[in-house]
Amino acid sequence: MIEIGHFALVLAFALALVQSTVPLIGAWRGDARMMGVGPTVAITGFALTALAFVALLSAFAQSDFSVANVWQNSHSLKPMLFKITGVWGSHEGSMLLWVLILTFFGALVAAFGGNLPETLKANVLAVQGWIGTTFLLFILTTSNPFVRLNPAPVEGQDLNPILQDIGLAVHPPLLYLGYVGFSICFSFAVAALIEGRIDAAWARWVRPWTLAAWMFLTGGIAMGSYWAYYELGWGGFWFWDPVENASFMPWLAGTALLHSAVVMEKRSALKIWTLLLAILTFSLSLLGTFLVRSGVLTSVHAFATDPSRGVFILAILTLFIGGSFFLFALRAQSLTTGGLFHPISREGALVLNNLFLTTATATVLVGTLYPLLMDALAGTKISVGAPFFNFTFIPLMVPLLVAVPFGPMLAWKRSDLFAVSQRLAFAFVSAIVIALMVLMLSDRKSALAAAGIALSSWLLLGAVTDLAVKAGIGKVSAGVAFRRLAGLPRSMFGTALAHFGLGLTVLGIVAVTAFGTESIATLKKGEALDIGGRHVRFEGLRPVSGPNYTAQTGTFTLEDGTKIESSKRFYPVRQMPTTEAGIKTLIFSQIYIQLGDETADGGVVVHAWWKPLVTLIWLGGLVMMAGAAVSLSDRRLRVGAPAARRAKLASAGGAQ
Amino acid sequence: MTRKQKRLSVILGGLGFLALAAALTFFALGQKASYFYMPADIEQAQLAPGQRIRLGGLVEEGSIIRGQGTTVRFSVTDQANTVKVTYTGILPDLFRDNQGVIAEGSFGSDGVFVADSVLAKHDENYMPKEVADSLKERGLFQHAEPKSPGS
Repeated sequence: MIEIGHFALVLAFALALVQSTVPLIGAWRGDARMMGVGPTVAITGFALTALAFVALLSAFAQSDFSVANVWQNSHSLKPMLFKITGVWGSHEGSMLLWVLILTFFGALVAAFGGNLPETLKANVLAVQGWIGTTFLLFILTTSNPFVRLNPAPVEGQDLNPILQDIGLAVHPPLLYLGYVGFSICFSFAVAALIEGRIDAAWARWVRPWTLAAWMFLTGGIAMGSYWAYYELGWGGFWFWDPVENASFMPWLAGTALLHSAVVMEKRSALKIWTLLLAILTFSLSLLGTFLVRSGVLTSVHAFATDPSRGVFILAILTLFIGGSFFLFALRAQSLTTGGLFHPISREGALVLNNLFLTTATATVLVGTLYPLLMDALAGTKISVGAPFFNFTFIPLMVPLLVAVPFGPMLAWKRSDLFAVSQRLAFAFVSAIVIALMVLMLSDRKSALAAAGIALSSWLLLGAVTDLAVKAGIGKVSAGVAFRRLAGLPRSMFGTALAHFGLGLTVLGIVAVTAFGTESIATLKKGEALDIGGRHVRFEGLRPVSGPNYTAQTGTFTLEDGTKIESSKRFYPVRQMPTTEAGIKTLIFSQIYIQLGDETADGGVVVHAWWKPLVTLIWLGGLVMMAGAAVSLSDRRLRVGAPAARRAKLASAGGAQ
Repeated sequence: MTRKQKRLSVILGGLGFLALAAALTFFALGQKASYFYMPADIEQAQLAPGQRIRLGGLVEEGSIIRGQGTTVRFSVTDQANTVKVTYTGILPDLFRDNQGVIAEGSFGSDGVFVADSVLAKHDENYMPKEVADSLKERGLFQHAEPKSPGS
């Protein structure tokens, strides 16, 4: 089975070479038969990569330790779920997942791109083939997961215990769906540059891909953040660690792309800019892959890194980023611009959004790469952490967040800021009142916290106001308003939901940062500590044994009898201890307990945190995902909706 | 204003914003980045009390003193020099003798380094990159060889 997988992967590489060249030449010569090769090859390539992936999966499931990768990353006693997720717990396996998703997206374009202009489709598939070729070559030459061991070892070395968690089942696949999803936008952008023109079909196609990729990346980042929060045991949700930044930069750029693609689709303005953003977003995804996989940066999250392979990814990175920017410089002028607009308009607001988001991306990029640069040029080792990002990123985000509720309420082309402000007056006044209440309740100490709460309330209420105004609530009778609300295009609900989710995330961050408390104490059995206004009693330690670990579990009880268990585990195969934090969710807030070392006098060091509204940070991410999903289900985005139907909808909706 | 003037003012506004962001970034890089030192570099570095740095090295064997409440004392060494460190809180799971660590914090007036965070990565073969590089320069680095099958 392993050899079949290996062979399939080599075949997939050969097909990727075909996919990279034949459709391209076909599009250049106008040869329909050569262009027709693209979809067939793309779909077969996906099937072969999937076969290779399944082969590796079955080797992991069966604990076949004659496969080096399985031996290094698995153990026969490991629970089945972690055997399966262990496939992408190693460098080799995670790269295979990367390519699997890449070919999957290529196959989707091939299968559902029936109504794309033929040459565009051929070019897109060819560019997708280039990416596939380089990464398959990378896997086959430097990171082959199918290498055999002879003689086969009896037992495996087990997966890093930190990764033996449900988080590994969800986080990397979501993150890669996001990263790699942007490759489609990239391929479309490069194909447009090759053809030297962008038309309506281009914009209609790129937007849903951007939305889908953005949705997955949002989920991947939110999930990763929650995983790090409960697994690393420091109670932090974001560390401004290079690896986090590596996923955050494509998200920021992708968010900008999402917004500029709207302008391009609706008003056919900002064409060149959207193209550039599409290239930039995927470039940042590639950079992220490089930073994470090569281990050039010190990070708490990087696993299974290998610097020697970094050079290969760096070469891929240079090739694609350099190549696409060169092409961009060569061809960008030939693309026509269109759609003039007044600065105070929906387009204007979206340009502002892009300005802020790209600048924020740039600051994160500088902060992430500066230590690398300093090390390479001056040999000085420095670290750029949270103080830097808090100082630069937050001031950039605050004005953008203030502007968010205005955006969707402004009209296209030319709008009236005063009229929009009037409609938002209720949200504004309510936000101020909430802030004042927070200020009073917190003994007037935390003006900054109150401002943060006001900002998040403004976002939340602004999103609601947007829908209410569009439905005409308060102006027309309730029945009419409800019918109008139900009749609004789904993309409007999507926008409002995503902005509402953003508000939830901001609220969670502000609440935890401003009102979170922590307490460290040495506790003996029966002693208690107070956290978040609650009395937490320590009931003692007891030994526990799991399938492939032993643990000391501490039990804590709240006054109402609720139990919280926190433990320290020890994985003998890797000789590695881990901490499993005890977390109790109380509505949206959490009590978070971490066990430390036992002291000489028989106590245990206990670190407890009160995390008010902390779950909103990730729930906000889920709501943003839901917004993207709702938007994606909008029939007007479904490519292939006949133009007549669309025209009818536009006249019926009116608001667009 | 004519259309040309309007466009110019928008572009100038955008550039002004970018310049502001760039200024903020470079100011922050100067002020908020913390430098990395090994114990041997500390004396030459002439650090002001309270200046935040990252101190890297190996945890000196037998130097870890726990059990005084929640504060842990240990020493970070690079064989050339040794620095005493105190840390209040729970140390990383993989914190142990001879482990490569990075402590972030500042020196107190008594010359003891007060760390507010201690990093030891979550991988048994791992050494923070800065520490590994510096140890290699000094010829003290021993690469953890992957165990061979059957051993």
